[in-house]
Amino acid sequence: MAATQTPTSQPTKSTRDGFGEALLEIGRANPNVVALTADTFTLSRIDMFAKEHPERTFDVGIAEQNLLGIAAGLASTGLEPYVTSYAPFLTARSLEQLRNDICYTGFNVKVCAVCGGIAISVGGSTHHAIDDLAFLRAIPNITVLVPADAVESYKLTKAMAQHPGPTYLRMGGRAPEPLLGIGDYPVEIGKASQLREGKDLTIIACGSLVLPSLRAAEALAGEGIEARVLSMHTIKPLDRDAIVKAAKETKRIVTAEEHNVHGGLGGAVAEVLAETVPVPMRMLGIKDVFATIGGLQELYDLYHLNTQGVLETVKAVLEA
Amino acid sequence: MSESREELLARLLDRATAVRAGVMVALNAAGSGHVGGSMSIADVLTVLYFHTMRYDPKNPRWPDRDRLVLSKGHANAALTPVLAEAGFYDKELVKTFNKLNSPFGMHPDMRKIPGCDMSTGALGHGLAVGVGMALGARLQNKGFRTYVIMGDGELNEGSIWESAMAAARFGLDNLVGIVDRNRFCLGSATEDTMPIEPLADKWRAFGWAVREIDGNDLAQVVDTFDAAPFVEGKPTLILAHTVKGKGFSRAEDRCDWHYQTVNEEVLEAALAELQAPGQRS
Ligand SMILES: Cc1ncc(C[n+]2csc(CCOP(=O)(O)OP(=O)(O)O)c2C)c(N)n1
Repeated sequence: MAATQTPTSQPTKSTRDGFGEALLEIGRANPNVVALTADTFTLSRIDMFAKEHPERTFDVGIAEQNLLGIAAGLASTGLEPYVTSYAPFLTARSLEQLRNDICYTGFNVKVCAVCGGIAISVGGSTHHAIDDLAFLRAIPNITVLVPADAVESYKLTKAMAQHPGPTYLRMGGRAPEPLLGIGDYPVEIGKASQLREGKDLTIIACGSLVLPSLRAAEALAGEGIEARVLSMHTIKPLDRDAIVKAAKETKRIVTAEEHNVHGGLGGAVAEVLAETVPVPMRMLGIKDVFATIGGLQELYDLYHLNTQGVLETVKAVLEA
Repeated sequence: MSESREELLARLLDRATAVRAGVMVALNAAGSGHVGGSMSIADVLTVLYFHTMRYDPKNPRWPDRDRLVLSKGHANAALTPVLAEAGFYDKELVKTFNKLNSPFGMHPDMRKIPGCDMSTGALGHGLAVGVGMALGARLQNKGFRTYVIMGDGELNEGSIWESAMAAARFGLDNLVGIVDRNRFCLGSATEDTMPIEPLADKWRAFGWAVREIDGNDLAQVVDTFDAAPFVEGKPTLILAHTVKGKGFSRAEDRCDWHYQTVNEEVLEAALAELQAPGQRS
């Protein structure tokens, strides 16, 4: 199972940019859209929207709890706030504001997080969000989205504008991420996007692990193993039908995500399988440790969040 | 033989210069990082570690040591060379900053860095921890002091003010807060983002004894730490007016140097400036 390690010469574009471009279009069409940030103006790419609509853009300073509370209040008056900051500070830091003031109330606030996962690799554990999906999975009323690349990020941002209610969009960091480069495909909230057909197993991935999963599937095809690949960009509400179908048709499941193996996509899929079609399954993710310091690619390699890691996980599930 | 004031200030100036050079070496190893806020706080850290604080580099967890919480943890590029200069570890290790499995990343990790008293990075946490440390000292009849360094932008976090109230309520005169008033947060000037003035009045209103100083003037920093606590029964707040990027002209007073690339050319330019005696004001 020889696999090439990411990255290669794949064209890149930030998921942040896909979001920022979509927000600009949404904001042009809808005067109720308001953008907010907590001293992360440029990084979160609301600068594009802000340039055209300075009167609808607010920087509350380094105060993320305040940020989410203000967004709730704005939404209560009928406006549609898009709030941006780093993933750990929009979730762990402000979790109660997010839960009580936005999810409990059901306000139409779009929580748009940059630097999800370990994107700020050298920032250390205070700046990593490998628990955000677990937090949000346990909170009712919120839609949770994890785009695989800038194209999915753009499409999901456009889709969430048409999808009232609390929504969390988890994007990557400063460095542009590789584009999947597989052409146009439907990206719909609540529906897994099938990126590759296969009958021998299914790899269900989200975010930065989708591309390595596609590469792994390619390598597996060379050995006569046909892996289905799903981009599970909607963690909540989860596409149970696609999971059950995959379990019935391919008999084996692998999940892959830039998150703790506890409580994220893997856990969500396992919950579905346990109650429906309990086929063998293995999960790839960070194994319940605070990640070390290093470059992003170095950490991806260290924690096997790469093509090789997907292949190892596939091997384990095939041997199960 | 006791050190004269001139000798003390000359020694501290040498240290501060070495620390600033260390900031640039660390961030060059990283490729980029928080230049502005690391350079602005270099003089305060220098006086704390080479004049004011009691600690034992051979026994980093000595229970009676003075504590430092770098609440603006993104200035770890300054703390890293300071603790090396203080003898907690080899200065060569500074060059591992941000490298794979290094103890030193963008923010300090107390489980990996000898001499580091608290892991920080998310802004707005440090003062609460400092209140707990100071209260712990008093409960256990220990004489150590706790120093907490905050950014001015960091004061936007409401949690800081919860802790400010608590420190006054508990009368913690063994607690010293330092605000690095370099006038910028990440994206712009604090007063353009979310104004924090009148700052000295705010801290006074919250029950702290406040002094404003030039935080890049070593003599003033020395005298101010020597004078703490300013009022018995009150927590001490030093409002240190500083220049963001201080010591490297390209970075001074510039918001875009909050976080910048530090390649070889930048490193050489900075080191040349730091070694030129004219710059050692
Ligand atoms: C809770 C939290 N929100 C946002 C950040 C990202 N951040 C890092 S540094 C910074 C600006 C800090 O400004 P200030 O406190 O004035 O520090 P200084 O200017 O001294 O560097 C921000 C917003 C963070 N580290 N923690």
